[in-house]
Formats: sequence, C-alpha cells, structure tokens
Amino acid sequence: MNTIKFILDSRNVDIETDPFKRLIDLLRYDLNVKGIKEGCGEGECGACVILLDDKLVNSCLIPAGVIDGTKIETIDSIKEKPLGKAIIEAFAGFGAVQCGFCTPGMVVASYYILKNSTNLSENEIRYKLSGNICRCTGYDSIVKAVHNVAKIMGKMNEII
Amino acid sequence: MKLYRPVNLIDALKVRSETDVIVLAGGTDLMVKYRNPALIMPEIKKDLLYIGHLKELKGITSEGGTIRIGAATTLDDLEENAITPSILKKAIKELASLSIRNVATIGGNIANASPAGDTISPLIAMDGSIILKSLKGERRLPINKFILGPGKTVLEDNEIIEAIEIKDKKFNREYYKKVGTRLANALSKINFVGLAFIENDTLMDIRIAIGAVAPVVVKSEEIEKRLQGMKLKEIKKCIKDIQKEYSSLVKPIDDQRSNAIYRKNVTLNLLRNFLQNL
Repeated sequence: MNTIKFILDSRNVDIETDPFKRLIDLLRYDLNVKGIKEGCGEGECGACVILLDDKLVNSCLIPAGVIDGTKIETIDSIKEKPLGKAIIEAFAGFGAVQCGFCTPGMVVASYYILKNSTNLSENEIRYKLSGNICRCTGYDSIVKAVHNVAKIMGKMNEII
Repeated sequence: MKLYRPVNLIDALKVRSETDVIVLAGGTDLMVKYRNPALIMPEIKKDLLYIGHLKELKGITSEGGTIRIGAATTLDDLEENAITPSILKKAIKELASLSIRNVATIGGNIANASPAGDTISPLIAMDGSIILKSLKGERRLPINKFILGPGKTVLEDNEIIEAIEIKDKKFNREYYKKVGTRLANALSKINFVGLAFIENDTLMDIRIAIGAVAPVVVKSEEIEKRLQGMKLKEIKKCIKDIQKEYSSLVKPIDDQRSNAIYRKNVTLNLLRNFLQNL
C-alpha cells in the first residue's frame, strides 16, 4: 500500500491505496466521482477520460500509485467552468446526447481540445475526438456541437 | 505490493538491480495486460518501479547529426517537438488516441515489442539504436537487434531503457501507411514505412520497414543496398521482381485483426505504391 496526495477538482485528497489500483476505481469507488464511466476498461472508448496535470488521459489506464502530487480535474469541476458549461449547452442544443453514457467523457475531451487549440475545423475535431466512442447518437451532432463552441470561442475568450 | 518512485535514474537503477520489479512508465500496455474487472486487483507478485516521471529519461535533443529521445518521452511530446523526424510523427499521429499518446512513452512502445508497435518500424527504418543503462554501465544496440520476437527483447533484469538515438539523415521521399480498422486506437494490421533520398533521378538511399507482417519488423539491408544507385526508371521497370523478393520475407499470420493472405497482398501493393511514386 502507498499513501498518495493529490488535488481532485480543487480539493486536497490524502488516501492510502494499492498502487496498482486503477485510477478509475480509486475515483469512482473510493472517492465517489460517478461521472467517470467505465466502458471498455482498456483505453479504447474514452468514457473514463479526465485531466491529469492538464493532460487528457484514460483513468482506466493509470495506476493510482503514480498520481501522487498531481492535479486531477474530472467532469465534476469541468461542468462548472464557463467553457464546460458552453460545451454542455451546445451538446443539448445540437442533440448530441442520447443514452448519455459517453457524454461525460465527450465533454471532458472536448474541453481539452478546445482549450488547447484555436480555429478547430470539423475534421480536426473528428480526429481529436476519435478516442471517444459513442454507440447511439453517432458523431455528427457531437462534432457540430464542438465546432459551434470553437466558432464562438473567439468571442468569448474571457471565459477560458 | 508496493510502488517505488525513485528521485533519479541512479536510484531507479539501484532498485532495478536489487529487486525483482516491473518497470512502469506510461502504463498503457501494462494496465491492459493486467486488466481485471472493476475493483478486483490483478495478482502480481512483483513490485512496481515507476520511471515515467524521471527527468533524465525525458526530452528530445539534436547534436552533431544525432537525434536523442529519452525513453520516457511521451508520444504527444514527440508529436509536438520540432526535432522529431517527420516519418516518426506520421506514425505517431495514427497511433492510439490523444488521451493515450499523452501518457504512452516511446521506450514503452519498444519494450513491449509488439509486432504491431507503430513507432518501431520508423525507428528501424532510420537505423535507430537503443541505449540500455544499468549500474554496471551502458549498452547500445540497433533496435532490430534489441527485439527478438513478439514481447521478447534482450533487456536484462538490471537494465532500464535510457534513450533512443537516430542519425539525422535527410530523405526527400517519405511514405507511411497504416492499415487499421478505426481512426483511433486501431492496432495495425500492417504498418509500412518507406524512405528514400533521390538526386538526379538516382536512388541514393532507400529504406523499407514493414511492421505486423512477421514476428519482427521486416527490413532487408541486402535488398536496399542493391537498389541504391539505380535510376528511378530502372526501379520502376523491376517493381515486380522487388515485390517477389519481399514476398519471401513477409510472413504474416491469421489473427483476430486480419488474415495472412490479406496482409501479404496489401503489403506488396503498398510496396508497389511506394516504388511507383518515388
């Protein structure tokens, strides 16, 4: 067992864990962050993505032991940020949600790519979101929603 | 089970020489290998040695015509860096997904020694070498001598991969084709790397490396040497003969991703496509 300390959505966490426990299990079951979903459990589907020190990662592929001293942001804090809210509104407006299982991962991944690039084209959005699988709505409405946020982002620089 | 988190490479090498550990960098292959359903811990008898944070193992530098890549450099860092050879960038762009490239390391891709490891073919095409460090010193090997077969390398229990080195050579033809089923996260059915340097319609240098079609990357220095110095017109006349030569080296298998006949045909078609468009 290892003791790890990290920042989870702006709060300090100090917890004892098996270092090989998957980060997704630590977050979902020990720390009750249920917005993180497990789809495939092997990095294929993107339902469990989070930001680890500002980088988008699959929480099912990270051993808990390595996150000591890091900063983690999940859908729980991203949904409260202006950019996160804009993405969620766009998803609703473009009908980009059906069953909703992939949505938290899609929102976190969209947040990451919008924050780290400018003037995203539809094709770039498709490429950058290709690690996230949706099994019902299809991708057009998701891509359109993200593209719409990208287009208006210039006008709302203050929210980033 | 315990996780060692050394503060520098020397400490990591000490742990490695004294304890039987699993070396962990990005973990994107390891976590799938030991995957279990939620909350059930994998049964591993060994401790983990984390090296993904070590500064000595990170970064890309170019000096005296040699590009050096730290083994724990992530694929995303390589994609973003101006020094990274463009053929390697092409392979990385189609490897896994954004979220995996953010943590997966180049040293890990080589150590995992999958025949479908997408950074391995470009590195072998560029005659890349690997530097292995232990408390006793270091070894330097060509990457195609480091990998023995699927999942098998010559890495000793006391060694850690420190870096990869590539000669910074100019090529004016670059060809990369990955055959996979999905834009992201597809394991290659085939990855094909073609590099050439052409001057006055003459082939001065050519490299062909093909992954996922044999236990190790297919590359024949013998054939490449024979093609060097030939005029492009001559090359284009004997494409069928060159295909025949490679046909005997390409030994794919049937598996869940593809089958041998498809892999072989597509490989030879890609070879023709590369040579025709030189």
